[in-house]
Amino acid sequence: MGAQLRVYRQRIKAAQTTKKITRAMELISASRIAKAQARVAASGPYSRAVTRAVSAVATYSNVDHVLTTEPEKVTRAAVVLFTSDRGLAGAFSTNIIRESGELVAKLQGEGKEVIYYTVGRKAAAYFTFRRRAAEKIWTGDTERPEFVRAQEIGSTLVEKFVQPESEGGVNEIHIVYNRFVNSVTQIPEVIRLLPLEVIEGDEAAADGQAFPSYEFEPDVGSVLNALLPVYIESRIFNAMLQSAAAEHAARQTAMHSASDNADKLIKDYTRLANNARQSEITQQISEIVGGADALSSAG
Amino acid sequence: MTDAQAGQPGARDPGVPEPDAHELHVSIVSADQEVWSGIARQIIARTTVGEIGILAGHEPILAILAAGEVRVTTPSGEVVTAHADDGFLSVDHDRVTVVARTAALV
Repeated sequence: MGAQLRVYRQRIKAAQTTKKITRAMELISASRIAKAQARVAASGPYSRAVTRAVSAVATYSNVDHVLTTEPEKVTRAAVVLFTSDRGLAGAFSTNIIRESGELVAKLQGEGKEVIYYTVGRKAAAYFTFRRRAAEKIWTGDTERPEFVRAQEIGSTLVEKFVQPESEGGVNEIHIVYNRFVNSVTQIPEVIRLLPLEVIEGDEAAADGQAFPSYEFEPDVGSVLNALLPVYIESRIFNAMLQSAAAEHAARQTAMHSASDNADKLIKDYTRLANNARQSEITQQISEIVGGADALSSAG
Repeated sequence: MTDAQAGQPGARDPGVPEPDAHELHVSIVSADQEVWSGIARQIIARTTVGEIGILAGHEPILAILAAGEVRVTTPSGEVVTAHADDGFLSVDHDRVTVVARTAALV
């Protein structure tokens, strides 16, 4: 067998092996999307109830509380990045890092100092490589987030938020995560968690249904204090679940096109190998014919 | 979260029948799922300042829950008991929502 032909056969084999892996990953991700999506749906009632309560309080009450009032001057902002632990998911983590870059540039342009919190090994690797400091890094469970982790992240953020500015506290909290739209579309979302941006309040007035005048038990202040961490946690948990579903979807798409590319490679190399084999045969024939001619003319 | 309509107090899901004057529409949700939802006559929960009983027509209220049982009496007189911890209770337009980090039916 000629050297050229052997090289082509090796490449075909390599592409076939890669294709087996990517095909398997594609199928695994596809089976996990449904489960991740179901978890997003299951957490829906909780986050809707919390958002409703928070917007009711924010719209109805005119109490001075960190949750409802906009600070006059923002000197420091926290940005939370939700990336994935594993790669091979296309531009999933890159999108988040790029979006957060834009957000940070905007914040810094407004004269705000930015501190980072990151979720997922991809962001951790990015930060370490560029020697950029992150306040806190969480890794290990981006594919199947648990509520305890959201609670942990939430309490860290709330603690930073209520801390006085002079001691390193922040006035704003932003999150950047991939929202799962469907299995081919995942949109990177940038959301300001705190101070609150209440959208629901305006809409309620528009459809003629006024906000009810709430009673608070024990009092407005305590209710707001209790609601703040619950609200943050629920938003973070929702972001984590969305991000997990989006990650599986992104990986499925990426692995699908990888398998397609492997198919194309196999086809191309098979053509080349056939070509090489054929020209080898042609050469051998012409050598034999040439040899026979030489012998007959000599004899 | 994206569903703005459901985010409004008093907004009802189109699929859910409007409760009549003597009924409450109750839903008990924990962080990762809806534990129970349905029509009820009465609901009793424990807040940080004591037990609260809610009947239809109750004024809108937002109360912090203490760890304890939530008892829901359905129109047929059956009592559904759930354990709820760490959350709050909101009532508006006869719609009661018990939101707890951890909640489970007993």
